[in-house]
Amino acid sequence: MAITENSESPSPELMLAFYRRLYPFKSIMNWLNHEHVPTKLYTHREFAFTLQGDVYLRYNSFNSVEDFKKQVCTLNPTRFEIGPVYTARPRDKRTIRPGGFTPLQRELVFDIDMTDYDSIRTCCSDAGICKRCWAFITAAVKVMDSAIRDQFGYKHLLWVYSGRRGIHLWISDKEAMELTDDQRKAIVSWIAVITGGKDTHKKVNARTGSRPLPPSLQMALDPLAHYFGDLILNDQDCFASQEGWEALLHLVPDRSVSENLEKLWTKDPSRSSTQKWDDLKREVKRIEKGSAQRLVMQAAMEDIILQYTYPRLDAEVSKHRNHLLKAPFCVHPKTGRICVPVDPEHIDEFDPERVPTVDQLLKELDETMVQDSPENEEHHFDWERTSLKPYIEMLDRHAMALMDEVRRTKRGADMTW
Amino acid sequence: MFNAGKRTTSTPLKHAPAEVQLHSTAPYPHRLNFYDVPPLFDVTLEEFESAALARLRILAEIESSFVRNRSYDELKSVTDAQCKKYLTLNANSASTQDLQGERRRDHVGHFVLRLAFCRSEELRRRFVKAEMMLFRVRWDTDDTREREGFLESRDFDWTPVDDKEKEAYKEELMAVPSNIRTQYSEGQFKKDKYHKVRWTRVPDLVEKRRVFLKGGWAYVHERESSSMVFQEFQINLEKALDMTAKALPRLDEDTRLIPILDNLSQGFLAGVPSEWLSSSSSGAEGSGVKAEEIDDLAKKHFPMCMRNLHESLMRDRHLKHMGRLQYGLFLKVLGVSIDEAIAFWRRSFSNITDDKFNKEYRYNIRHSYGLEGRRANYPAKSCQQILMQDQPGSAESHGCPYRHFSEDNLQSALLASYSAHGFTASDLPEIMHTVRAGHYHVACTRVFEITHARSGVKKGEGVGGGESITHPNQYAARSRELEKARQEKAESDRDAMLVDG
Repeated sequence: MAITENSESPSPELMLAFYRRLYPFKSIMNWLNHEHVPTKLYTHREFAFTLQGDVYLRYNSFNSVEDFKKQVCTLNPTRFEIGPVYTARPRDKRTIRPGGFTPLQRELVFDIDMTDYDSIRTCCSDAGICKRCWAFITAAVKVMDSAIRDQFGYKHLLWVYSGRRGIHLWISDKEAMELTDDQRKAIVSWIAVITGGKDTHKKVNARTGSRPLPPSLQMALDPLAHYFGDLILNDQDCFASQEGWEALLHLVPDRSVSENLEKLWTKDPSRSSTQKWDDLKREVKRIEKGSAQRLVMQAAMEDIILQYTYPRLDAEVSKHRNHLLKAPFCVHPKTGRICVPVDPEHIDEFDPERVPTVDQLLKELDETMVQDSPENEEHHFDWERTSLKPYIEMLDRHAMALMDEVRRTKRGADMTW
Repeated sequence: MFNAGKRTTSTPLKHAPAEVQLHSTAPYPHRLNFYDVPPLFDVTLEEFESAALARLRILAEIESSFVRNRSYDELKSVTDAQCKKYLTLNANSASTQDLQGERRRDHVGHFVLRLAFCRSEELRRRFVKAEMMLFRVRWDTDDTREREGFLESRDFDWTPVDDKEKEAYKEELMAVPSNIRTQYSEGQFKKDKYHKVRWTRVPDLVEKRRVFLKGGWAYVHERESSSMVFQEFQINLEKALDMTAKALPRLDEDTRLIPILDNLSQGFLAGVPSEWLSSSSSGAEGSGVKAEEIDDLAKKHFPMCMRNLHESLMRDRHLKHMGRLQYGLFLKVLGVSIDEAIAFWRRSFSNITDDKFNKEYRYNIRHSYGLEGRRANYPAKSCQQILMQDQPGSAESHGCPYRHFSEDNLQSALLASYSAHGFTASDLPEIMHTVRAGHYHVACTRVFEITHARSGVKKGEGVGGGESITHPNQYAARSRELEKARQEKAESDRDAMLVDG
């Protein structure tokens, strides 16, 4: 069953109870702050609230976790977003001269959204998502995660499910935090391969002529080829419909090959995607080995694999330090699901339909409350008694690694004196 | 010496010492300069200003090249020509030249402009961009050997990639797209040198996938090292400007320098070197234009924006406030005196009574001449101001026609206004193409070139030497200059004929 939008978004009362009892304010602060005591990374950080009725409040900032929690419980927003660390406290923005308020640091963020895959996924469209189309995200996460770790050397990557049909990546390494907008633009265009809008057929243009792909993409190709077979050919059966195989033929540069295939497939429209892909392979094999034509076709087939499986980024999100992105553990206002962290190692097992919703969590909490004696100690760690627990622990581990590193560099710096 | 593993992201302090060796005999051993050290010698006030003005000319030309969308090669040749004229900088091989003298001038000019341009974010950004381009042009025109000498003189903090590492990543390095373009043989690969730097230092190469990345280190082929140099130049300059901005308040005491600096930065903001501004606002054109001559001048010499205002005024016998302001200040700088201006406007507003005119308009006209109220001598609006400020409303005629007219209206207006000067319908597609791309300056400059073809203006020449239109008065002034030259030439030809005869 696909995740459908609840006709009603979570009620304000539910939201308030969630913020009061479950939201991990402390963990979020540790993650943003890299230390236990609030530094500028936290106090000069912008938070933006979306209130009931779509009122948008920007430039909030807080001195402490308590401060933040109090404000969230007062405003009871439907969600909130995290922005950059500025040169001054964002809430003082109006009292600062214009030049004195600029973004300094910010996690490097990426956003992958299922809508960008609408032209190739066959199971759902628009806001819908199911376990089957989540496989596109799985492929994207695998490729991105290893590319960023290997090529850019970043270690502190946090993947967060966006609550509906996408996934966010937050990178908190010191160098990544300090990237300028130009550098962010550079990393995006290094990674992004799928370009061009709805009306461009060929969206992969990463090579010169039919020469080999740049090494970074060549490396991504192997795992993607595997996803191409499972996901595109078998599961999604992308070339089954006439629209689907016509799109494929647009990507075949050799006129005679595409004409042959078109004849074959019009005559026998029932051929599956796997059969059609084999047809294409057979046609290519007929071309003389080592000839220029053959090279062109091989390059084209690689490009097709990339076009159907390579991560599709929402590039604008990553390019600017001052872009706001929804905070982890917010409740998606349409689905009621929590934006939980996702472990890229086990992304294959992740099922968006099994992510807890705010209703479910509060029910779990009520049930355990009945079992335990009501006088049981403070409900400080209420979340420990819900299915939110593993996710919060994941964030805590992530934050701990960050804090360790900061402590290490500090100690290292002390040694030099 | 360099150990990549130990190195963290560099701190600004780290670079400070040992960058440039200043030998007492020859303070400027190289043509290129990273401007690490400010001039530590006495500079006369005159040198202070003249060196800066010369450099400003060059930078302004580079800026207008950006606006005119010139290709890098065009920009390079224009800039190089301008440099030869105003700010020569010879290679070491030119031993007969006063090398140290011209390099000193280059050095001083750069640092004066730093003072002038460090004050606002906008100025800093534009200054860095133009300086970067100037550096790049000089780098590209520099002798290879001297360039290497310059590179060696400075520690760029690159780690050479040793053979073992090179061998380990051989396959990847050879597959970097910029390498495969030229049949890359293994022998060649063995000879080639690679450096590695943090990828953040070469974002432009990363953006184009022209390097190999591993663990955040970019492996850069020596061919691409210029990109690192440029990046380094830019980062250094940005940092230095920030520091200068912080130190600047201490200069406030100096009443000699501040006015010069103010003047310099204003000129740059308007998109024209201040020299042009000063010569025009002091009324150097002040040939005393009479009210009745304006109509004739408008038809011959005005740019489209002013043609439009003039014609609207003639047709409607009225102009709205912003239109009066734009046109009035333009006329003032053109050389229309206050008395003539009042006469002109009185005559043009023929539908209203004397009483109403005196009450409602006379004050404003006098105000714009600095005779009322604040008594400020307002400059005429530059193209930038006309383009960016106060967008015209539905009943208003000010603004820039290239930007604010609909395509149909612009086409018919151009034909109506300039067909007498040789503008034909066949020129329209080119103009409209430029307009659609948003390069209004360029469209206007191109129209100037077309309509002044009979005075010998060629395509790409602009208002002389490739300079493009940045001010309506510049358009009119140049147009009148050309006409004068043509008349003089015609006269001398006639005289010559008479003599011959």
